[in-house]
Amino acid sequence: MGYPHKPHARETVVLSKYFGDAEARSLKGWKKRGGYEMLEKALATDPAAIIEEVKNSGLRGRGGAGFPTGLKWSFMPKEKKKSHYLCVNADESEPGTFKDREIMRWTPHALLEGTVIAAHAIRAEIAYIYIRGEFTEPLAIMEQALAEANAAKLFGNIKVYLHRGAGAYICGEETALMNSIEGKRGNPRIKPPFPAAAGVFGMPTTINNVETLVAVPHILKNGADWYKRLCLSNPKSTGTKLLSVCGHIAQPGNYEITLGFPLKDLLYDLAGGMRPGRTLKACIPGGSSVPMLNREETESTLLDYEGCVEKGTMLGSGGVIVFDDTADMVYQTMRLTRFYAHESCAQCTQCREGTAWTTKILERILAGQGKTSDLDLLLELSENMTGKTICVLSDSCAAPVVSAIKRFRGEFEDYIAGRRKPVLAA
Amino acid sequence: MSVTPAAHPEGTEPYEPVFEGHRLEELNRLLARFPNRQAALLPALWIVQRERGWISDPSMAEVAEVLGLTPAYVKGVVTFYTMYHQHPVGRHFVQICTTSPCNLCGAEDVVKTFLKETGAGELGATSVDGRWTVIEVECLGACGFATPILVDDDFIESVTPEKVKEIVRKYL
Repeated sequence: MGYPHKPHARETVVLSKYFGDAEARSLKGWKKRGGYEMLEKALATDPAAIIEEVKNSGLRGRGGAGFPTGLKWSFMPKEKKKSHYLCVNADESEPGTFKDREIMRWTPHALLEGTVIAAHAIRAEIAYIYIRGEFTEPLAIMEQALAEANAAKLFGNIKVYLHRGAGAYICGEETALMNSIEGKRGNPRIKPPFPAAAGVFGMPTTINNVETLVAVPHILKNGADWYKRLCLSNPKSTGTKLLSVCGHIAQPGNYEITLGFPLKDLLYDLAGGMRPGRTLKACIPGGSSVPMLNREETESTLLDYEGCVEKGTMLGSGGVIVFDDTADMVYQTMRLTRFYAHESCAQCTQCREGTAWTTKILERILAGQGKTSDLDLLLELSENMTGKTICVLSDSCAAPVVSAIKRFRGEFEDYIAGRRKPVLAA
Repeated sequence: MSVTPAAHPEGTEPYEPVFEGHRLEELNRLLARFPNRQAALLPALWIVQRERGWISDPSMAEVAEVLGLTPAYVKGVVTFYTMYHQHPVGRHFVQICTTSPCNLCGAEDVVKTFLKETGAGELGATSVDGRWTVIEVECLGACGFATPILVDDDFIESVTPEKVKEIVRKYL
């Protein structure tokens, strides 16, 4: 789906209102649309009051973990003795997710406004926006917007810098991101210390996702109560969320919904349903790192943090990958584990060896050389890859494997028993 | 009588530094963003790649010198990040996403067509005319626009095998 597109009547358009509106990219155009209205006021407001308002709104991190944003900000030292930093995670690389890209492409000033307000709230002088290296277009658009905003001296004493990544999924992990900014290999750090105590350059740091920050000006403008009312199911999940729908679907694209919206309606109503003549087989609702669901589970899931957990998966980053009845779940699981094997930073043995061997075993099965014991071996490997490493990349590789074997075991067994023709060369 | 200079054995060509004049100024402006010199490493490597097309050992040594690091440290960082080229690549560098969402939408056929139309033949190899290098990459973050590709710094969405010929022609 390209832009502009007319939002579906059931979308709640807050963050995506100006997607497709090229004039919103310029400072003049953005101000005309009400942009930067809250900035001056926020910069004159006591940081503690801003943190309180965001806490009351119930806003949770949109990068994947869903940690309460106001609470995270409140972890920064009360007494400022050192430099404070804000890092903005624009390293969007979770397979299935492409929302931050659109935010930066269409509403770069929205991100800058949210960034500067957050920096003020945590009393940071410097904010680094870390953009993945492949996002050449969002980077160019952000560069231009930042130059305009700087020329207009909108940010008071807060300095905002764009930092380009260089191709490493792991740098979306917050401590790896900080190492990358420091000019190091993007290896995640052992926690504690947590970033609020010792983050980038050893200083107190907060890391927030792009989508989280663009929600902040709206919360300040309309109030925490307004944001809290954006809720269709569990009161712990408030606000709107961009869902990136992709894979086997009639109208792929970003859809903004109020949390608690049924996944079934997102797929069949907003995103146009399956391709003609096809039926739904499986769905990964929160980016490739979360467990996949079968059709029945998908059709009964509510899209919020608790609703996804109830079905054994997670809302994650909101990357919805759809598989129809033509999908080879064994092959697609291998493609996902190959991703993790490629992206492992190789620090921890369980991850470095586990992601590689998981992929090799799946390739062996796809080449018609699988053994009956391979499925148990994969599950045992996955068990050893879960909860045992510095970061969760290893867990993320295990999630699709375990969930695919649980739900689609027959497809794996067909390859192993020779009932299905091998798709990889031996 | 004109004399053709003998080719230098590999690695002994006189090295022309990247960070002189306006490029040194560019680096100095970057250094002002950080509390230490090491933090300018990723941006400095991007400048080298922009100017030279790839990052050679002598370039790594130069970056190390300029930022007060060791060449081994710089190499350690260069090898971690997949977008830094450690050897020369074709004049046009094509990166095609083949991770699951794009894979479901036929990305592997896009790869096959690119390898054929460019003459690159196989992944990572450069075409005989030196124009093209094609690689598969993991998720480019544009899954709703399958299949996204990067040709140099140009991000192109919704590529299908049918569109490949035209894209290749555009870059000739």
